[in-house]
Amino acid sequence: MAFFDAAAMMKGLRGTYASGRTRSYEWRVSQLKALLKLASFHEKEIVDALRSDLSKPELESFLQEIALLKESCGLALKELHRWMAPEKVKTMMTTFPSSAEIVPEPLGVVLVISAWNYPFLLSLDPVIGAIAAGNAVVLKPSEIAPATSSVLAKLLGQYMDCSAVKVVEGAIPETTALLEQKWDKIFYTGNGKVGRIVSAAAAKHLTPLVLELGGKSPVIVDSNVDLKVAARRIIAGKWGCNNGQACVSPDYAITTKEFAPDLIDTLRSELEKFYGKDPLKSNDLSRIVNSNHFNRLSKLLDDDKISGKIIHGGQKDIANLKIAPTILLDVPGDSLIMEEEIFGPLLPILTVNNVEDSFNIIKSKDKPLAAYLFTNNKKLKENFISNISAGGLVVNDTTMHLAVPTLPFGGVGESGMGAYHGKFSFDAFSHKKAVLLRSFAGDLSSRYPPYTPKKLNLLKALVNGSLLGILRALLGWHD
Amino acid sequence: MEESPGLARNLAELRQTFRSGKTRGLEWRKAQLRAILKLLDENEDSIFDALQQDLGKHPVEAYRDEVGVLKKSATYALASVEKWMAPKKGQIPLLFFPARAEVLPEPLGLVLILASWNFPISLALDPVIGAISAGNTVVLKPSELSPASSSFLANTVPRYLDSAALKVIEGGHDAAEQLLQQKWDKIFFTGSSRVGRIIMAAAANHLTPVTLELGGKCPTILDSLSISDLEVAIKRIVGGKWGLCSGQACIGIDYVLVEEKFASILVELLKKCIKAFFGDSMPNLKNLCRIVSKSHFDRVSNLLGDPRVAASIVHGGSWDEQNLMIEPTILLDPPLDADIMSEEIFGPLLPIITLNKIEESIEFINLRPKPLAIHAFTKNERFKKKLLSETSSGSITFNDAIVQFVADSLPFGGVGESGIGRYHGKYSFDTFSHEKAVLQRSFYLDLEPRYPPWNDFKLDFIKLAYKFDYLGLLLLLSGLRRIFKRSN
Repeated sequence: MAFFDAAAMMKGLRGTYASGRTRSYEWRVSQLKALLKLASFHEKEIVDALRSDLSKPELESFLQEIALLKESCGLALKELHRWMAPEKVKTMMTTFPSSAEIVPEPLGVVLVISAWNYPFLLSLDPVIGAIAAGNAVVLKPSEIAPATSSVLAKLLGQYMDCSAVKVVEGAIPETTALLEQKWDKIFYTGNGKVGRIVSAAAAKHLTPLVLELGGKSPVIVDSNVDLKVAARRIIAGKWGCNNGQACVSPDYAITTKEFAPDLIDTLRSELEKFYGKDPLKSNDLSRIVNSNHFNRLSKLLDDDKISGKIIHGGQKDIANLKIAPTILLDVPGDSLIMEEEIFGPLLPILTVNNVEDSFNIIKSKDKPLAAYLFTNNKKLKENFISNISAGGLVVNDTTMHLAVPTLPFGGVGESGMGAYHGKFSFDAFSHKKAVLLRSFAGDLSSRYPPYTPKKLNLLKALVNGSLLGILRALLGWHD
Repeated sequence: MEESPGLARNLAELRQTFRSGKTRGLEWRKAQLRAILKLLDENEDSIFDALQQDLGKHPVEAYRDEVGVLKKSATYALASVEKWMAPKKGQIPLLFFPARAEVLPEPLGLVLILASWNFPISLALDPVIGAISAGNTVVLKPSELSPASSSFLANTVPRYLDSAALKVIEGGHDAAEQLLQQKWDKIFFTGSSRVGRIIMAAAANHLTPVTLELGGKCPTILDSLSISDLEVAIKRIVGGKWGLCSGQACIGIDYVLVEEKFASILVELLKKCIKAFFGDSMPNLKNLCRIVSKSHFDRVSNLLGDPRVAASIVHGGSWDEQNLMIEPTILLDPPLDADIMSEEIFGPLLPIITLNKIEESIEFINLRPKPLAIHAFTKNERFKKKLLSETSSGSITFNDAIVQFVADSLPFGGVGESGIGRYHGKYSFDTFSHEKAVLQRSFYLDLEPRYPPWNDFKLDFIKLAYKFDYLGLLLLLSGLRRIFKRSN
């Protein structure tokens, strides 16, 4: 039984929305500017909260959370006028004379449920979309990142229009209470198991969803590549992203048997450059978020099936919840580590005879959120792009597609549904209303009963677009 | 529920076909679209027969709303599919140079299309056109309430389309249940909100995305108009109510909102028009569909069972149970709490609700679930703007009804209770596609500051990079920035 009244809160928000307050350009701009201020003037508080929740290095906090968020805000402010404008569309013979447009309108009152790994960014980035589109919004930050949740509640309470933008802190009881309400959209970031629960709740109210989930994002490494750059980019995408606890981190790697030793050597040497000889002591690595996840990852390493396969790292510091960057080689397909999303600093490398064989491995699994390929082989690249299905693909890098606002960011199949970032965020929280303006002139009798063969002929001629046919049909009868 | 082995076999075959890559090629897709056009051309009479059997639908209505719609849709897809399949380039900030970003549409895989009974041919094949254009394999389940059409589709589609990629599965509730237990890459459903919830709940188990084309009570607003405009409006209202499967249409006009003082002239004009279009009394009714089934007949006629509702009838009200015909019926101000005003009517009963001022229609509509379509007959520009910005619906059409259905450049779909997702034209292709983001980078110009170990220089660099402050970056890199630096 939740000790907050979700229904009463909903009623208040619906009242605010019905008043029309959130729809004006001015209101949306004021809220977006408030978010920008919040991110700019409270950098230290945010960085501290992220350090408390995740031991996240300051640069990662800045680079991957605050800066991305500010960038997103800035883009929305710059483009909002354009995004809000109706889009005129062509009309065709069949509705002549008429004019048509598509008008974006807010959905109403929306719910954003955030995740714990990028707790600042993944809370506020969807909120930017919701506000830009003119909705009232409730944000439920993850309780697994409590310091950030608390900072968000405090700062949004201070800076935002609280009659329309609310933060609800809490865990399962609060989330359950929220999910019982009828929302006009739910935006959820997290895992597939909870994604299903959110979907089932949404189905009761026919609430549309965006589900940003995860999966095992593979990275294929071909042999003819600049190995140093490739290794650095893999490391940056894996351990440089919250120590592997990111939905788009490379989960596992695939390379040829021949090339594997080179890849492993380069990864090792670059890892040492990045994190030193004793990575457990490095300040540039996030810790594991909590003991639950620490135990989960330990279990993956303790799995009998992978004994002897750890070829680098494996050290743990249970007191500080730290696990060193760990590489495994040729773990069996039915090992625990290959069955679920790792979401941690463990990188299994699978080897194949030919690099093309890697495609079958990937296709045998659920569609991931991202897939990566390092290669200079044009044909392999084209094959990868056409045939590997994932939320997004990157060639010769990892995770960077997140930062390109003109690319939609979202999953497919088990990795999610819907997309956001840039204008896609605005669209995700809008209804695109079709508007057709007709005139009373030019009323076509053959639309109406009584139906006659002549009317049928005219309709057919119209559909076929045959001008001669139309003329003949028209002359063949008069109103 | 025991799964039929036939179903498992069919699904395995379809998945295998998809894996083989056959449905991805442009030529295959175009061949299927041409096959649909051929099917329509060569079987027009059979289609008319099936629709006559299922709904008593007149061939002109059948052509206008089903055959014609499909021909237009398939022709448009055929001409556009290559364009639709092409990747769309995205702009990238200079910082990422050299790089290339694009969005590449790809098929979802194996999709399920559940069609409705009121436009049983077009609501089956129009989504199929979208699914095929997008390169998917398809299972189509027509509605069992329109058995002649379902049978026609089951027998004819395999003769024209690639049956390794598209299968028609007939059946009722049980068949649907079995299908819903499977894992689909997308489910496209046309029908009621009640069943929409069941579909969405089933889809949730597999995280299957859905498009739900539902319905609702589509209001029509009638403002004061000149006599000549009013005559046109009346025709469009009568056509949009009874001329469309006798009111059994998702975007059909459900009820009319009008100012009190115009109510009686509205009723008179409606009566005249009904007589001209359909005939003057029950036995002489022509050009009007019948009710699809006994249970729907009972449902609709029961709406008149409420004595308060019966008392508000100003025209019609009679029916022929044997032939499942209900006369075009007009009601004036039935009670708002009666079923006829709280449920979607989906039949030939037209309530007229009177208001003091026409502007009150906005509040009236907003108190109710968002409808699939609003039709507003008005020439008042201010009122139009208000309606547009203060109400929400799948679509809004001014000064006409239904015709937005054939405007391929407009998305067709609902919002809230009236649905999720949209289709028609390119939207059909999109609804059955995944838009995959693709970023291509090169090994050149690898930026050192991206990587740990972190230091102040790298932090500076990244802060400048985020602002796309290229000048600042240059200064930083050349060591000159410290000279110009102010406080952060």
